[in-house]
Amino acid sequence: MTITEDPATGNNALGNNVLGTRLLRKEDPALLTGEAVFANDMKVPGALYMAVLRSPYAHATIGSIDTSAALALDGVHAVYTGADLRDTWASPMPCAWPVTDDMKNPAHYPLAVDKAVYVGDGVACVLAETDAIAHDALELIDVEYEPLEAITDLEDALSDRVVIHDELGTNASYTWPLVIEENEGDCEAAMQNSAYVVKERYVQQRLIPMAMEPRAVVAQPEPFGGNMTLYSSTQVPHILKVMTALTLGIPEQQMRVVCPAVGGGFGSKLNVYAEELLCVGLARKVGKPVRWNEERSENAQATIHGRAQIQDIELAADENGKLTGLRVRLIGDMGGYLQLVAPGVPLLGAFLYAGVYELPKAFDFSCTSVFTNMTPTDAYRGAGRPEATYAIEHAMDALARKMGIDPLELRRRNFIPTVKYPYEAYTGLVYDSGDHDKAATVAEGLLDYAGLRARQAEQNVPGARKRLGIGVSTYFEMCGLAPSRVLASLNYSAGGWESATVRVLPTSKIQVVTGTSPHGQGHETSWSMIAAEKFGVDPADVDVLHSDTAIAPLGLDTYGSRSLPVGGVAVGMACDKVIDKAKQIAAHQMEANPDDLEFSGGVFRVAGQPDKEMPLAAVAFEAFTAHDLPDGLEPNLEEQVTYDPPNFSWPFGTHMCAVEIDTETGRTEVLQYVAVDDCGVQVNPLIVEGQVHGGVVQGLAQALWEEARYDDDGNLQSSTLAEYLVPAASDVPNITTGESVTPSPTNPLGVKGVGEAGTIGAAPCVMNAVVDALSGLGVTDIQMPATPLKVWQAIEDARS
Amino acid sequence: MEVTITINGEEQKHDVEARTLLVHYIREHAGLTGTNIGCDTSSCGACSVHLNGEAVKSCTLLAAQADGQEVRTIEGMAAADGTLHPMQQAFMENHGLQCGYCTPGMVMAATSLLDENANPTEEEVRLGLEGNLCRCTGYHNIVKSVLAAASA
Ligand code: FES
Ligand code: FES
Repeated sequence: MTITEDPATGNNALGNNVLGTRLLRKEDPALLTGEAVFANDMKVPGALYMAVLRSPYAHATIGSIDTSAALALDGVHAVYTGADLRDTWASPMPCAWPVTDDMKNPAHYPLAVDKAVYVGDGVACVLAETDAIAHDALELIDVEYEPLEAITDLEDALSDRVVIHDELGTNASYTWPLVIEENEGDCEAAMQNSAYVVKERYVQQRLIPMAMEPRAVVAQPEPFGGNMTLYSSTQVPHILKVMTALTLGIPEQQMRVVCPAVGGGFGSKLNVYAEELLCVGLARKVGKPVRWNEERSENAQATIHGRAQIQDIELAADENGKLTGLRVRLIGDMGGYLQLVAPGVPLLGAFLYAGVYELPKAFDFSCTSVFTNMTPTDAYRGAGRPEATYAIEHAMDALARKMGIDPLELRRRNFIPTVKYPYEAYTGLVYDSGDHDKAATVAEGLLDYAGLRARQAEQNVPGARKRLGIGVSTYFEMCGLAPSRVLASLNYSAGGWESATVRVLPTSKIQVVTGTSPHGQGHETSWSMIAAEKFGVDPADVDVLHSDTAIAPLGLDTYGSRSLPVGGVAVGMACDKVIDKAKQIAAHQMEANPDDLEFSGGVFRVAGQPDKEMPLAAVAFEAFTAHDLPDGLEPNLEEQVTYDPPNFSWPFGTHMCAVEIDTETGRTEVLQYVAVDDCGVQVNPLIVEGQVHGGVVQGLAQALWEEARYDDDGNLQSSTLAEYLVPAASDVPNITTGESVTPSPTNPLGVKGVGEAGTIGAAPCVMNAVVDALSGLGVTDIQMPATPLKVWQAIEDARS
Repeated sequence: MEVTITINGEEQKHDVEARTLLVHYIREHAGLTGTNIGCDTSSCGACSVHLNGEAVKSCTLLAAQADGQEVRTIEGMAAADGTLHPMQQAFMENHGLQCGYCTPGMVMAATSLLDENANPTEEEVRLGLEGNLCRCTGYHNIVKSVLAAASA
């Protein structure tokens, strides 16, 4: 695989042809030997340990808090309540996505003051000499609560029967519509006049991201000058730096955020958390380092949840199955407060409800977000896009059943034809590229779709105990968040650019500084590959620096599959810029015209003069000594690029699977899983596959097992790994990945991003297979997760 | 109380509270932070180490229970010259890790698995790793890594 010729430099710097190879990851040796440092591994002498007392009630007013017994405990340094810390905060915790002007956003402080609004809401905290003492002390704090009725049902919350934040007067945070004005009414007409209409309600159950590394925070005041270093297991060091400075009133230049190795995020570490602000605030107060590590059960309550939506979808089609209209009404559960980007999550889905299908502009979407007495939600792997894809893909199957045609055939009748790309969608956004039939055909072949259908017809006879189901889902993903102007139109309070600095050191080794902040995605390897390809050097000679705001001061971090299509592209562009400068130096040295120079394999050559050449190493040394540079050229080879993409990138794909359901036990076994994810040019196919595998299993887990369950009083019933069913190796199948590469025309690398693709495709694929297995028994509706009990119950209900 | 444990061949003697878990002894007292903690219910396996040659979850034992015994952690797997253990090498070659947080525990559990059954089937590997959770890889490449190490 090659990169296309770069118009800026005229290079097609193919160097070692490293792009597209399955290079092993340079991150691995440190992680495999225990050398890698996670936030909780930081050795900080003299640190105090913080523990947070959390509300046992989902909804309660807080009366007096007696901290005397805790304070008296040996080794306890201090105890603080929300009221004690009121003056520590320059402003409440941030919500960076006020999607509408009238959005209701209650003040959210790191510790609740008058009222706790979910189980796990912090009400007091302790600083002690050891973690164990800090936890002992929590038990000695006496809080007077007055419990109030807890609201855990979204529609009940919308009725405002009980209002959670009194000052707002309502539980509704905002309503955001996406209706194309000139087409208003078309949707209703389509629902009235189309041959087929399916009307469905889907519940996106709450999920707990459950990264294997719980969060950890260390705040360290530097000995001189009032500077503060915050080590945190975060995905967003740069955002965290700005927000910590604003929330605590610390001059931003005095804040440094570092996240060494981070043990998974999936969106759950894309936030600004109470504990981060508490540690920094308290470290300033007491002048000592303060550290906190989250326990797993705390993680389940105090780290954001994902999904949590009710979707009402109406899909209309003509007699041939061509889609004629789509209406979506969404209720999004925000939990007790608005977290950093939570309000924007349902909006991201809005743009993808029609999936990969040609839809006339008869589209009508609106979402209403509501406060409940549960843990706040926010972006979780895919953020809005898995939810939207599930709705359209599950509804497509319902439509196919209604029409009595094959679900794959129905999809093919509606695919946006490849010749129409770039394609302006019903929403006004432009999809950059796609070849849906190809992805579907590859998947069809890998699964042996026709063969399985034949086997299914034989197997699923009346009375059969084990029934075979075949699932199909196709998807589009809007990723690489991205064009700052579009984000502005959605009221997002940040840009979508990414920054990269590339320097060739005097010895010709290369440093890449990136604003992205990986947590398992292998950026060090991929970014090294991009630079190695550009410079024609060995990837081992490239070092990638990241995740420390003192070393990489500019960045917007890692989420939403933006790293490669924005950050990686920035790296490539910065390399080109450096090569351009190096070319001027080389031309000067060889007394040639820069335009006559070619650069490949790490060597500058004068076209047509085979004896004239100069290796990059020599140019780098000249640039460093600066003894003889062209007039006006600055010494050293270092360039920075901040890249704001002109468009999102649009990965797409088809997933297919076969499941077998035991009708006596309700158990679903996934027999085969095929994922064809087209993420454009693949920098490192090994890493792409790994991302797909992990993503698929998270989606599959939503379909079959995972659910944050609350009782009516708002108690989380699944707060440990014993109760919340994260799949183990024995639960999941092998995954077959298929080849489909449609380069993105949006960026010079042709890349699109892949981190969320697997998750987006998987949940609808598996649920379509489950319903497909049982539809012959009259079962057409099972909500996720399709646990054995639920499946068995559905079969029983259909029988009676 | 004083607890003496030989970790990776080195005798460690530390005065600890009686309630100290083995994992805290290893991480905080012996200062070996390669062993990770992922849960508080002995469910995730991130803390797996070898105790007298067998994989155990170091969060389920008190340090005192390991008094006088031999523990091997992830830091003790590679050879002194830095050559990776065949299992570590197999994880590297098969992209058996992403964030790497579950990885030390996985490597410890997987080596102990092969000690008991040198030639496991894929099914046996999947069942054998049931106590170790990974949230990143979907297990596909972990299983591949273990099978590769078995045939190495
Ligand atoms: S930390 Fe020991 S099993 Fe999870
Ligand atoms: S690699 Fe991240 S949890 Fe396993």
